[in-house]
Amino acid sequence: MKEIYLDNNATTKVDEAVFEEMRPYFCELYGNPSSMHFFGGQVQGKVTEARARVAALLGASPEEIIFTACGTESDNAAIRSALEVFPDRRHVITSRVEHPAVLTQCRNLTQKGYRVTEIGVDGAGRLDMEELKAAVDTDTAIVSLMWANNETGVIFPVEEAAAIAKSKGALFHSDAVQAIGKIPINMAGSSIDMLSLSGHKLHAPKGIGVLYMRRGTPFRPFLVGGHQEKSRRAGTENTAAIIALGKACQLADQYMEAENTIVKAQRDRLQDALMAAVPNARINGGGAERLPNTTSIAFEFVEGEAILLLLSELGICASSGSACTSGSLEPSHVLRAMGVPFTCAHGSIRFSLSRYTTDAEIDIVIREMPPIIARLRKMSPFGREHLKA
Amino acid sequence: MWDYTPTVKDHFLNPRNVGDIPDADAVGEVGSLACGDALKLYLKLDDNKDKIVDARFQTFGCASAIASSSALTEMVKGKNLDEALAISNQDIADFLGGLPEEKMHCSVMGQEALEVAIAKYRGEPIPEHDGEHDQGHAYPDYEGEIVCKCFGITDTFLKKVIETNRLTTAEQVTHFTKAGGACGGCIPKIQELIAQVLGDDNLQPRKRPEKLSNMKKMQLIQEVLERDVRPLLWADGGDLELIDIDGPRVQVAFRKACAGCASSGNTARMVEAKLRDLVAEDIVVEEVPA
Repeated sequence: MKEIYLDNNATTKVDEAVFEEMRPYFCELYGNPSSMHFFGGQVQGKVTEARARVAALLGASPEEIIFTACGTESDNAAIRSALEVFPDRRHVITSRVEHPAVLTQCRNLTQKGYRVTEIGVDGAGRLDMEELKAAVDTDTAIVSLMWANNETGVIFPVEEAAAIAKSKGALFHSDAVQAIGKIPINMAGSSIDMLSLSGHKLHAPKGIGVLYMRRGTPFRPFLVGGHQEKSRRAGTENTAAIIALGKACQLADQYMEAENTIVKAQRDRLQDALMAAVPNARINGGGAERLPNTTSIAFEFVEGEAILLLLSELGICASSGSACTSGSLEPSHVLRAMGVPFTCAHGSIRFSLSRYTTDAEIDIVIREMPPIIARLRKMSPFGREHLKA
Repeated sequence: MWDYTPTVKDHFLNPRNVGDIPDADAVGEVGSLACGDALKLYLKLDDNKDKIVDARFQTFGCASAIASSSALTEMVKGKNLDEALAISNQDIADFLGGLPEEKMHCSVMGQEALEVAIAKYRGEPIPEHDGEHDQGHAYPDYEGEIVCKCFGITDTFLKKVIETNRLTTAEQVTHFTKAGGACGGCIPKIQELIAQVLGDDNLQPRKRPEKLSNMKKMQLIQEVLERDVRPLLWADGGDLELIDIDGPRVQVAFRKACAGCASSGNTARMVEAKLRDLVAEDIVVEEVPA
């Protein structure tokens, strides 16, 4: 069965040009970039090129790029570092809709005596800026807010939030793994201190991430025991993946316009058609500024896992904020924080497109989705009165 | 992705007996929209009002909830009411070739709907739900003190499920009933209930007996291995088999993930420590090749 892959916020296909770029660095050019000999040196040259390519996509300088193993590591390193460089500041701010890579760490900090504030969002998933302004004080070590939400695609005004953090001397970190490659990002002239990136969200392989660290920002490494990455992240470089990520960032820059025109048009067509064809549905975060590739649609009176498995039978890959898919029992913390009613929080489906998505695939989903919802609603004991009306 | 059996998949993709029975003799409803799954079960009885001649369901929930409902309707048809009541949630799971443990609450929901439907039909007293929880109530027909506020689950209901399925950990109770699965605030209370149901036996630290006949000792070794050791190994995908007992020497063979595991020596010492602790001080555990 040929897949129709609309789950690109979970992970993406490695671009074939990216794969070709990394291919020689396993069996042929396997040298260690730290070595003195020519064999390692030629790899070092490619790593340097990759660093410059990543920096270019972010509007950063190459020395501000630290390669890590994943977005989660970058998030952990950023927050830990801020707490170490500001030992007297005992307050951390994040949001209620963060990815677990940030949220879990912050919640664990409460057990170590830190004060943790989780800023709320409105019904459309927009950050409560007033709450943020009121929360930041001179005890705040770090404010960590995602650039764009993985479930809804809602974009936070991170520049504005960073300025608020800076006004009290706190560091500002943004988990930007969903935003990078989908919307333009320019760190030159920004007040953001730290930024996390994950390779596999932008057509590079899994197992490579970046922590952007603004020049001059105080930093304490998470991993120690080697001089790599200027002693900011010890451990032999994952050279092939770094080189792949460099290529992926170069391509992301080239495809940025397509992402915001072609992909966005496909996303809009998909959600408009589904909203027209299926009664009692709503777009989570529909009223907010969102990533061009993401739409999360809540269908009342049905449950997400059942929808996903019926879609999967047809080769369609999507994701849900449903509790049942993850083994946890509560619907997504993101939808809960937005106040999405229980009648539809369990039936939310996320479609996340990419530059590989075709119009024909969108046509198929538009055709197949309404009968799936109808079939499950017919089975459901709820919503008969609503749906008749 | 969940590892569903072919039978679960079949009952999910081709559910039997979907719909309602307008002139049903018995109707049982459990779950709610807030909880994420709900089942309404309809039963039609024969003229003698004893045998179930038709059963239908409406379910809101995941694939295993739909499959469990479908399985239940197939299982009860042709049974009389008492036979139907004898169906346990484990029977429903078995009919489906098994369910992932995280999904066992789906089979519990089926069994509950059946019990509620029959109790209502027989006019047995079903206490009213106390109405203090506006987010819905998973098992409104179970009286008692609410333990899990997130899903509105009472102690009476939890005790019953713990007892029927011999659950020993709070995590298992969550998988079977959802209780404790949201905020987790009631987990200590769930642990108390487990202790109450399973008896003081499980609470009292067990002691090594003063004197043991050879026969008793062999029995006790087997018991400790079954109860205290093997479940620990299962958790890591391993297992062991008791090969022989010769005086103080206990020979075991490691199986599955434990077989050939580099740290099986440590595992053998762990087993030895357990046995010395609970059976006899001089026990020596020897590993024999699998």
